[in-house]
Amino acid sequence: MTQITAEPQTSGHASGHGHADDHHSGEHAKYPFLAHHFETPAQQFDSAKLGMWLFLATEVLFFGALFVAYAVLRSRFPEVFSYASHYLDTVMGGVNTCVLIVSSLTMALAVYFAQRGKKFALVLCLWLTMGGAVGFLVIKYFEYTHKIHENLVWGPSFYVPPHSPEGEVEASVLAKAPAPAVNPVPAPTDPSATGLVSLAARPPADASAIKPAQSGPKGLGVWSAPTAAAAAAMEPQDPIPAEAPSDHLADPELPPNTHLFFAIYYAMTGLHGIHVVVGMIVIGMLIFRATRGDFGPNYYTPVDLVGLYWHIVDLVWIFLFPLFYLIH
Amino acid sequence: MAHSSNPAHGTAHAHAGGHPLVGHLVPVSTLLFTATGLLILTVITVAVRYIDIGEFNIWVAIGIAVVKAALVATFFMHLRWDRPFNVLVFVGCTLFVILMMAFCVLDTGQYRATQYTGNPPVAQQTLDANAPGAPVAQRKEEINP
Repeated sequence: MTQITAEPQTSGHASGHGHADDHHSGEHAKYPFLAHHFETPAQQFDSAKLGMWLFLATEVLFFGALFVAYAVLRSRFPEVFSYASHYLDTVMGGVNTCVLIVSSLTMALAVYFAQRGKKFALVLCLWLTMGGAVGFLVIKYFEYTHKIHENLVWGPSFYVPPHSPEGEVEASVLAKAPAPAVNPVPAPTDPSATGLVSLAARPPADASAIKPAQSGPKGLGVWSAPTAAAAAAMEPQDPIPAEAPSDHLADPELPPNTHLFFAIYYAMTGLHGIHVVVGMIVIGMLIFRATRGDFGPNYYTPVDLVGLYWHIVDLVWIFLFPLFYLIH
Repeated sequence: MAHSSNPAHGTAHAHAGGHPLVGHLVPVSTLLFTATGLLILTVITVAVRYIDIGEFNIWVAIGIAVVKAALVATFFMHLRWDRPFNVLVFVGCTLFVILMMAFCVLDTGQYRATQYTGNPPVAQQTLDANAPGAPVAQRKEEINP
């Protein structure tokens, strides 16, 4: 038995065709967590780690395909990416990066305390990691809802003015339907003459709750053109404006195909967010088992493997953050 | 290096010194240093955004991200003390992703710039229906010869 412990590789080959349960009963009696088809805890641990790393390789390829899509889109539409990046909140993205890094630290500490057999510290670190995951998703929720409210989304909906009654409707339906005949206002013949922006179908933002009048004087149903000062404020004075204009369609700098940026943004951060949710589920399972006292210096493999998963989620975000939020 | 390959070492300390039976115990100080380094690099990568160095901006950002990823993989994920084959699996698949990306970008570069210089048809249709006065709606589609 001591020979097996010292030489797990050679003994595994020598007795690989034995399969007698009592052959290693000593090892299995000593370690109740040791599955019958493994000979030593080290063999079981290494097999689990290899399996996890192979799974992580498929995860890298999974995200890798989206990173390839990102690279193709960005090489094709560089102006879209440098423009649309300013619609993302760098502060929220940066805070989220720090939240994930700290939760990665607490996850690594959880593995450490599991290895040392410190149950209280292990459970505490797992809860802190869970808190990081929740904090990340809460910040992401605020980012997503703000963008969806502004119609900063993928597909044709991007080209529907936000805050308009039509904006609430699915744009694909509108694209097929004829143009609304409510208060038809002719489009300006030469919008560049005044430098002002006219969005015919757009009511004032403060009257968005009021339905446009079917007849009568042109009032609430007509978009009042912004003043010259407001139009000047919309012009980017700085390479990086402090705050992007609230209505992207009114921005003369808006390049065509900007919706592609938001398509790849939602695809990549959304897939990442799903991974965070899955991480919360498995961390929750770990908390349950750790509270029950399943883990210790002899057996902590699930903590280690969930840790690896959580770190790869952090690792993906480390690339997503500069690629979307920090484009100069 | 790979402590997990020598379980006798782990067994000897399993109950005496608080060391695990298998795997490697990474000191708390190492983990704290790694996290500190990651946070500092995050601040640097945000700061670099506001410095205009042309096309090198993206390469600096990616370079910092690679260093951060290496820190996470090496210390948080224990790859420094893990079996070399696990390192091969991870680094190998990452290299293949880079290979796929390089070929796709090279291939894309070989085609004509864009079919549409203006908005794509569905986007233009939506603009005409909902926001005909928007500046971007004025950029009608032109098919390159």
